[in-house]
Amino acid sequence: MNAAQSSGVFGLGPTGLVVLAVIVLAAAGFVLARARAMASAGGDARRLHSLPNYYGYNAAMMIAVPALGVLVIWLLAQPALVQNAVLDLIPQRAIAEGSSINLVMSDVRRLAEGLDVAVAAGALSADEAADIVATGTDIRAVLGNVGVALGSDVDPEILAAAQEYRSLSRLWSWVMVAVVLSLALAGMAIALRSARAGFRARNAVERGVLWLLILAASLAILTTVGIVLSMLFETVNFFSLHPWQDFFLGTTWAPNFRGNSELSILPLLWGTLYIAFIALVVAVPIGLFAAIYLSEYAGPRLRSVAKPLLEILAGIPTIVYGLFALLTVGPALVTLFGRGEEGLLGLTWMTGATSVLTAGLVMGIMLIPFVSSLSDDIINAVPQSLRDGSFGLGATHSETIRQVVLPAALPGIVGAVLLAASRAIGETMIVVLGAGAIAKISANPLEAMTTITTRIVSQLTGDTDFASPETLVAFALGLTLFVLTLGLNVLALYIVRTYREQYE
Amino acid sequence: MTDMTNAAAPAAAPKSSLLQQDARTRRRNAAETRFKAYGIAAIAVGLVMLAILLVTIVGRGTGAFTQTFITLEVALPADTLDKKGNRDPEEMKKVSTFGYKPLLAQAFEAKIAATGGLDSDLDPKKMAGILSDSAPAQLRDFVLADPSVLDRTVAFEFLASSRVDGYMKGRVSRDSIAQDKNISVEQLDFVDKLIAEGSLEKRFNLDFITGSDASDARPEAAGMGVSMVGSFFMMLVVLTLALPIGVAASIYLEEFAPKNWITDVIEVNISNLAAVPSIVFGILGLAVFINYMHLPNSAPLVGGLVLTLMTLPTIIISTRASLKSVPPSIRDAALGVGASKMQSVFHHVLPLAAPGILTGTIIGLAQALGETAPLLLIGMVGFIASNPPDSIASGLLDPNSAMPAQIYEWAKRADPAFYERAWGGIIILLVFLVTMNTIAVLLRRRFERRW
Amino acid sequence: MNDMRLSERAVDAQNIKIAARNVQVYYGDNHAIKDVSVDIEDKTVTAFIGPSGCGKSTFLRCINRMNDTIDICRVEGDILIDGEDIYDREVDPVQLRAKVGMVFQKPNPFPKSIYDNVAYGPRIHGLSRGKSDLDDIVERALRRAAIWDEVKDRLSAPGTGLSGGQQQRLCIARAVATEPEVLLMDEPCSALDPIATAQVEELIDELRQNYSVVIVTHSMQQAARVSQKTAFFHLGHLVEYGETGHIFTNPEDPRTESYITGRIG
Repeated sequence: MNAAQSSGVFGLGPTGLVVLAVIVLAAAGFVLARARAMASAGGDARRLHSLPNYYGYNAAMMIAVPALGVLVIWLLAQPALVQNAVLDLIPQRAIAEGSSINLVMSDVRRLAEGLDVAVAAGALSADEAADIVATGTDIRAVLGNVGVALGSDVDPEILAAAQEYRSLSRLWSWVMVAVVLSLALAGMAIALRSARAGFRARNAVERGVLWLLILAASLAILTTVGIVLSMLFETVNFFSLHPWQDFFLGTTWAPNFRGNSELSILPLLWGTLYIAFIALVVAVPIGLFAAIYLSEYAGPRLRSVAKPLLEILAGIPTIVYGLFALLTVGPALVTLFGRGEEGLLGLTWMTGATSVLTAGLVMGIMLIPFVSSLSDDIINAVPQSLRDGSFGLGATHSETIRQVVLPAALPGIVGAVLLAASRAIGETMIVVLGAGAIAKISANPLEAMTTITTRIVSQLTGDTDFASPETLVAFALGLTLFVLTLGLNVLALYIVRTYREQYE
Repeated sequence: MTDMTNAAAPAAAPKSSLLQQDARTRRRNAAETRFKAYGIAAIAVGLVMLAILLVTIVGRGTGAFTQTFITLEVALPADTLDKKGNRDPEEMKKVSTFGYKPLLAQAFEAKIAATGGLDSDLDPKKMAGILSDSAPAQLRDFVLADPSVLDRTVAFEFLASSRVDGYMKGRVSRDSIAQDKNISVEQLDFVDKLIAEGSLEKRFNLDFITGSDASDARPEAAGMGVSMVGSFFMMLVVLTLALPIGVAASIYLEEFAPKNWITDVIEVNISNLAAVPSIVFGILGLAVFINYMHLPNSAPLVGGLVLTLMTLPTIIISTRASLKSVPPSIRDAALGVGASKMQSVFHHVLPLAAPGILTGTIIGLAQALGETAPLLLIGMVGFIASNPPDSIASGLLDPNSAMPAQIYEWAKRADPAFYERAWGGIIILLVFLVTMNTIAVLLRRRFERRW
Repeated sequence: MNDMRLSERAVDAQNIKIAARNVQVYYGDNHAIKDVSVDIEDKTVTAFIGPSGCGKSTFLRCINRMNDTIDICRVEGDILIDGEDIYDREVDPVQLRAKVGMVFQKPNPFPKSIYDNVAYGPRIHGLSRGKSDLDDIVERALRRAAIWDEVKDRLSAPGTGLSGGQQQRLCIARAVATEPEVLLMDEPCSALDPIATAQVEELIDELRQNYSVVIVTHSMQQAARVSQKTAFFHLGHLVEYGETGHIFTNPEDPRTESYITGRIG
């Protein structure tokens, strides 16, 4: 599979070949167009509208950009097109009980790619691969020798579909080469024809560059659309396999890979919110007081030392916090609240290192600098004139802060807390390692519970089967998480923005 | 102002001396002191947490950089290792590591016979049990690399098993192994004798930094090297994609974009993307790059693409800030001498903003380097890459791990010997992050410009 | 208000409220106030005039120790209020500022209701015995600041919603609510339109009955209109101090004359 892929992209497969060709054409176009423009101006660059290089850039752009653009779109669209064409070849009976068309399709793909690997590795000649029949040769053994393991013996229908898949893929790949190359050549012809002294090459190049800039800027939108669509499709699939009532309203999370799972988000949501709540209880007071002290009281020297030190906490990767929770904070809490006679307090409230409190505490530590630096900015945005007004009336510094600065900064601080909450809800590594895996709704913070993010990780790692609700539920969870955090972020950013405008 | 006469004249208020604090002022000043103390306490808590974290990391991780080695002379008999006697490596490969195992027990037997004062009732097989499971493979590789060593006695340095290593590092004691099948009190007694005799010692272990991950049974042989390469290739992808795209997007938004609802949507979008949980990017990567585009699982290319999408908002935000800090007079000056808008941006504004852009990019890369969650979903964990990739293409496309994913993988394993590796891995990861951030800070200091 | 009235009032002999002796102020290395000595009388409006950056605001802020809030600022010399050195180590600036109120250049109402703005000072200083007492204090202060009739129906509306002139009068009400003995005003009309300025100036004249008012202004006309005493500052020096009428009609120092006639400043 890997060899097939790499030969497609980086070796001299059709794609690599065509990219290389386009680059060569673009380079040639640059030189030719520049020379042509110079010739048309009689070798005197001052008679050109633009600097000579712009004529070259224009040609290179005209050759490479449309061609490569089409190439990218083609590569994105081709798998879906080929798949749809092959789909018709698979008869209904080839889909075994408990399986789905998607699973069969992935078998087809695997077989097709395996045959390609075999050809690339020299285990089969191209003709042998094309003529191979399911009954005659032991395909499994042949492919196994080149490192492609097939799950079961090959049905004739699957083999036929795979062969069709291969030939269609190859056909479309060559069509793609032809289309892309002709686009490049057409671009070259147009660019060369227009490379004359009077042509406004700079304007053309700048227009092109502007479009590239716009394209880059819209990638952000594309990413969001990608996120939403990729999760939405699979979520719809999930709800076609699993009742939505159970997902949103049920109370049990019990995935069972043999089917009949109970997949309700409520216990996960409870764990998520509980941990986030504890994290905020830790982070908000500490972060807020630290920010108040740093921005209102601390001298420049303490500020220049303490602020970066606190921000180190924000730069530490979450995996480190996860490990800290699992191996340091968790056991410490067990010593405190558990172990009976051996423990510090002689209690038996806590048995395992993973718990809501473990994850919440550590997440709180992680969020301290997040809350403090956001609050710091917001407190600094409160105009000095308000403080002066309060001091002028004889208020002490703390009275000024509590009764004037904080109320004035409140909306901004609320925004900061919401952002921190969204962080806490979406945080993964700390809860994966520190919170445990038991889905339940309980008020005891010393018990292990699980969160949305942990379940996404556990449902999507290892062997995933994109036809089972147990896997697809992860996308529904992801979408819920996305909607939840997006809502918090939009609200928080809106509050913070209106707050800033108030004092500008 | 007829009301004025009704107002009590302030002169009627009792005069108080400024030199004496009244009770209320004292109370208010006490509240002030308390409030300040809360602030100091908050900062102290934050700094103490940082200190505890760092002390824990260093205290528990440094052990991973040393390892216990046992020096042993092993006889390599040709009659068992090369039965046909023709020294053909292909033929000799038929002898598996299992065939080399008895040699180790024999070596210990020979050692006891040769060394006075080193006697033990221990079965030689048990003696060999204090060696790492990787020892026979080490012998075999050595022999296959150069068959001429057969029939000689060669001095080897073997890794000790993780229990012996733990004993040397204080993690394992005679009490703690009561339930442990992998090591016995007698074996530890033997270890003590070997220490006294001088053939067992703990020293710096370069393999932890350069080596590859090892299976569950051999924590002593596991290293970070290959996952570092995986991280390196991911960062390569992130840098080559995120920097140009991010800068291009920032230039458009900051310099060219008209103020309309589309630009507004893009801007709101970018600030929201910056706050989307990283795991969501992992889902995106799984659905789009792996499920739809069929890029290989566990490949640094895919990891890099996912991290690129994640890092882009960070880079765009910092790039826009540095573009904004270039004063408009520079643009006006360029436009004034007849440069086009595009030329003024690319010739003047961008070079002036470059240090800021670079700083932001390094910080974005550092963030991406430490990110774990999305990598779990695209399968960059649980895979043991044993060899470093041999070309750029294989570096990008062959399954690999990444530093934080490797740490996660070790943290999940049951053997406490792996925890030590995880902490050690964190030290390595943090060294990279500190270096990158220091470079960013230095760059900022060096090129900071006040207009 | 005309010069006639001003000169009549100036005749009254007043006791000294604030006495400054050899005051020096430094901002880091910058020597901002150089050896200023001045006596400010009770129940009088004293105007500080001078070109921008001459130190008049800085000196004003010394009188209630507002400069303490600036880290790099250092004050030497003595300022006595009622004979007590306000820079004495025993003096709590908080208590001092209750006695010496201040109104700032830009109206700076707190983002609270009108009522809470005025009640802020009395609350922190514990001046009221109960809710109804506080209501009385607030009403009295608002009446004294001549804004009661405009806001009495919307006391719970935010103070920031008022017009500029109303905001500044609200700030004055806020300052007088703590029953200060001295009222410092730092260019209180510079952010106001002429109508609001007139209202505030009228108010200042009323306030003179109860307080010693010190006003910094960059407008000579304003100084002439509202003050009985005028001090002219230039480059950190107190150049001339005396009866307002005298300073404006017959200045002794050539620098004062240049400033008044518009040649410097």
